[in-house]
Amino acid sequence: MTPAIEIRQACKAYGDLKAVNCVDLEVGQGEFFALLGPNGAGKTTLINLLSGLCKPDSGRLSIMGFDVSRNYKDARRSVGVVPQELVFDPFFTVREVLEVQSGYFGISDNDDWIDEILTRLDLSAKADTNMRALSGGMKRRVLVAQALVHKPPVIILDEPTAGVDVELRQALWEFVRSLNEAGHTIVLTTHYLEEAQSLCSRIAMLKAGNIVALDTTENLLKGFSVRRVKLQISPDEMPEALKSRCLGLESGYHVLKLDEFSELESLLEALRKFGTEVTDMILPPPDLEEVFVEIMSEA
Amino acid sequence: MKGFSSLFYKEVLRFWKVGFQTLLSPLLSTLLYLLIFSHALGSHVQALPGVPYISFLIPGLAMMALLQNAFANSSSSLIQSKITGNIIFLLLSPVSYPEIFFAYVLASTVRGILVGIGIFAVTHWAIRVPLEYPLWALVFGILGSFILGATGIIAGIWAEKFDQLASFQNFIILPLTFLSGVFYSIRSLPPFWQQVSHLNPFFYLIDGFRYGFFGASDAPPYFSLLVVSICFAAVSLFTLGLLKSGYKLRN
Repeated sequence: MTPAIEIRQACKAYGDLKAVNCVDLEVGQGEFFALLGPNGAGKTTLINLLSGLCKPDSGRLSIMGFDVSRNYKDARRSVGVVPQELVFDPFFTVREVLEVQSGYFGISDNDDWIDEILTRLDLSAKADTNMRALSGGMKRRVLVAQALVHKPPVIILDEPTAGVDVELRQALWEFVRSLNEAGHTIVLTTHYLEEAQSLCSRIAMLKAGNIVALDTTENLLKGFSVRRVKLQISPDEMPEALKSRCLGLESGYHVLKLDEFSELESLLEALRKFGTEVTDMILPPPDLEEVFVEIMSEA
Repeated sequence: MKGFSSLFYKEVLRFWKVGFQTLLSPLLSTLLYLLIFSHALGSHVQALPGVPYISFLIPGLAMMALLQNAFANSSSSLIQSKITGNIIFLLLSPVSYPEIFFAYVLASTVRGILVGIGIFAVTHWAIRVPLEYPLWALVFGILGSFILGATGIIAGIWAEKFDQLASFQNFIILPLTFLSGVFYSIRSLPPFWQQVSHLNPFFYLIDGFRYGFFGASDAPPYFSLLVVSICFAAVSLFTLGLLKSGYKLRN
């Protein structure tokens, strides 16, 4: 099957800064994919290259098999981008914006779909309101609506929940998840790693324009996460011999590092040997944030 | 074509929504020019034989307003979109660069022509201006709007700040229009300045447009048409090249 996104040796530099450094990446149709990285890692530049907002210095990028340079019309019809910045046109109402945007994609009678998007994004009551009069959260919803007016098979969301309240964030993810279930490919960048962990099946991590990790979310969590155990003990004093394993104290629990899950038994045995009783134990699930920090510090 | 028509519609709707600023305001300032210059210079200047100065002035002022507003429409729309960032909605779409060019130029033409017609409509009840060759006036009005609409695209793409755009307008567009014979016939100038005026393309726009009204002009009308057509082709090709390259838009 044609990949939803195919990037081969894409490079983009601004002066001496290599924003994207010969990146290879493939995202399959129907995937929910995360592109993670610290600020300045090259995530937005990569999205701009895919969406035609900037031109690559070298390499080849395609969306649904359409080259973004040679076959730009079909490529752009295949992708909807929700930009990171809260941009809007202050002259128009929400409905006017969506009608004009539909026209840009060659769609004449799009009222039914526009009404459906407005309903699903809870914007119907604001359809005839000028963009200037909307709150930040509402403007963010309109950005999502604009990216969807032409029903693109691939949707790229560049930090869509930055500065967004919890209610909208949950509503947005519910909507995006339903789009993914309906077959749309979703590419997401976010600094909220718990969102990526719960939503995305595969993750790429970028640092200084390079992909430093690319795997399924499950494998990343299995392979990289430092396992931890939280123990409440009596007496509340960690034996001297085990203090090197101690990562700190959290709400009355001693947090200890486990290189392997199988080390847990020997740890508990060592505690018993020192006459320390375990009164409570928590094994926290793997955390993408820890994986992220570890990979970024290694790369 | 749908991409073109949507962008054209959006650009017309944009200036229509702020009609006080984009249509009525230039109408008022042009009428003030007319009032002041006709009273201050009316008894001193004989621009064309047998033509009262105020009648001579109206087509020139109408063309000047038309040119300035055609320029203002495309340039201000582009720079506002660039600075606020909403230009990306157009850049993310499959609208081609010729469609972008024609949509901006034609919307500028609509605004320019509306301002021009407004000036004639408001002055018509008090001042009689003949219309000897309407087609000539129309052709020069449309070509002038095209050229300045396209020049506005160049300025809007090039400028990164509002003051850069204001510099373009104040140091290039304004002097070229004021020194093009709007307020006088270049025959009244010394020979050297007559020669200099012939290097100004805006002179041919105003002179050709005025020929449509009075059937008389400083330069032969077909020569003016040739110069204006060459300018239109050159400015259009340059603008299309800029849009195709993505200069300052897709970087």
